Amino acid sequence: MTASLRPVDRPAPLAASTLRPQWVTGASALRHVTDDIARPLAAWPGRGWWLCFAASSLALLAGAVAVAYEIATGIGTWGLNKSVGWAFDITNFVFWIGIGHAGTLISAILLLLRQQWRTSINRSAEAMTIFAVMCAALFPLIHMGRPWMAFWVMPYPNQRGPLWVNFRSPLLWDVFAINTYLTISLVFWYLGMIPDFATLRDRATGKVKRLAYGLLSLGWNGSHRTWSRYEITCLVLAGLATPLVVSVHTIVSMDFATSVLPGWHTTIFPPYFVAGAVFSGFGMVMTLLIITRKVMHLEAYITMHHLDRMAKVMLFTGSIVAFAYATEIFTAWYGNNPDERFAFWNRATGPYAWAFWIMVTCNALLPQLLWLRRVRSSVALLFVLSVLVNVGMWFERFVIIVTSLHRSYLPSSWVMYTPTLVEVAILVGSFGLFFTCFLLFIRFLPMVAIWEIKGVVGAHPHSQKEAARA
Amino acid sequence: MLREFLVGCFADEDGARTAVQRLSARGFRVHDVFTPYPVHGLDEAMGLRRSRIPLVTLAAGLGGLLSALLLQFYCAVWDWPLNVGGKPRNSTLAFVPITFELTILFAGLATAGAFLLRARLFPGARPRIFDGAATDDVFAVVLRRRDATFDAGEARRLLLDSGAYEVKVKELGP
Repeated sequence: MTASLRPVDRPAPLAASTLRPQWVTGASALRHVTDDIARPLAAWPGRGWWLCFAASSLALLAGAVAVAYEIATGIGTWGLNKSVGWAFDITNFVFWIGIGHAGTLISAILLLLRQQWRTSINRSAEAMTIFAVMCAALFPLIHMGRPWMAFWVMPYPNQRGPLWVNFRSPLLWDVFAINTYLTISLVFWYLGMIPDFATLRDRATGKVKRLAYGLLSLGWNGSHRTWSRYEITCLVLAGLATPLVVSVHTIVSMDFATSVLPGWHTTIFPPYFVAGAVFSGFGMVMTLLIITRKVMHLEAYITMHHLDRMAKVMLFTGSIVAFAYATEIFTAWYGNNPDERFAFWNRATGPYAWAFWIMVTCNALLPQLLWLRRVRSSVALLFVLSVLVNVGMWFERFVIIVTSLHRSYLPSSWVMYTPTLVEVAILVGSFGLFFTCFLLFIRFLPMVAIWEIKGVVGAHPHSQKEAARA
Repeated sequence: MLREFLVGCFADEDGARTAVQRLSARGFRVHDVFTPYPVHGLDEAMGLRRSRIPLVTLAAGLGGLLSALLLQFYCAVWDWPLNVGGKPRNSTLAFVPITFELTILFAGLATAGAFLLRARLFPGARPRIFDGAATDDVFAVVLRRRDATFDAGEARRLLLDSGAYEVKVKELGP
């Protein structure tokens, strides 16, 4: 009688290790996780770090000199002319904004989708977002010519009328989108680091470090009542950041799509730009993490499984980008608009055809190699591919901007555009700024989310230990 | 005045969760649990209500939405109407992107601010630390002796039975 009433025994759940790959190898105790990640912050940086830092600060210096020269002399130091009024600077702006998108995707969207593999890479990806948005914001600022008047883009009561900003202009939408994006990304990044600052505070030996981490940790002590609110807060912020990241590149694409220029005036731009942004951002995350795991000896935390997942995202978004290229060209042909047809024919066969074909090769063709497991499991190949993806994505923006402008409706205005040394130096300088910030970040802040890694290790302690033994 | 606390230290989350469940079942009120990462299942065991922070998000988001619409309407329609490309003065559709961005901005900042206020986190705050390794690898279950009815012996036994490797008494100011 009692036997028939007893519920059927459920089969025991499979150990986590058999269901999904191990996201952390090596460390089986929570203390080791803290030690491994905090060690680089306490030690004197190695030769690799100093080499990278020297190179990036030199690049930053070159950029600073070029910007100073440009501001002192005027925008005439650039290769812009009456037809091509947007070129290198706006290419760089769109490029850097796009890079930032992978950070938010990893930290917010993958959090909502409960992807555990994000825990090793989200912190550095968020940092990358912030540095990339800083680089991006630099370009419209110096393009103004008089950057000290930059506050004019904000709507504030003034004595010029009051003359308000034009709320119907996509360029003003950009101002709001990018400022919001930078602010929310900073808040999300800092909030995520508070528990780790507390961990570092409690193990700091020096007085200065203790004070600095103590101030940054805001008095965090690991209370579960706080953790409970913290998780809800992070979830809400992730829910806000997800539509935000889509909106930012959508608005950037509207800078072009709301104009009447052939090659710009298309409805495919918003999704095409967002996919391209995530694609290039993952390329940059891959580049950075392959360098970082080597330089900071974090191979046990940023494993081949992570690189494999990121490669798959690159393959997926790269395929969307390739599909968008095909759609654009098909629409140009099928739409039967002679100007639109000319714009695309000019891209593929005109004077800037070399840039178009670099773009197609790097963005549409080469990433297809990622279908092969052998490519995805080779760090060297992944590194080369990830760099090429960013080369390709930079050229995509160059092709969109310059080829559409240099041959528009009025043939008498057709010109060629060549960047000057100043413009190239500013581009190099923006890379310098980005890498200098990133290198300082991995030196002074916890570049892997310690508490999130512990959540993964601690929730399945037995499977982790078995994996360590195996 | 110093308050007296009973601190049970655990090496893993399972022990701490079991202890909280057993203590709650015996009528003890768990003061707090200090952990290196958020442990799932403790909310239910401690009987915590779901946080109301999302309500702040909603309110601030609505505030951002209204402020953005009012700002744009005031500037572009009321105070200085400009004819831009022959569009109507109140071209609400063009106001959507900025309205969206400000909604997110207000909501996000208010959510983070509400969290910091509610959790009393601010620069210079002195953390109340019951076990120095709780931010590293210790899960500390903390009970507070409120009055003479607190049965410290029973609580200590329950903590040890659940796998605590150490149970200590700690006195801290309010």
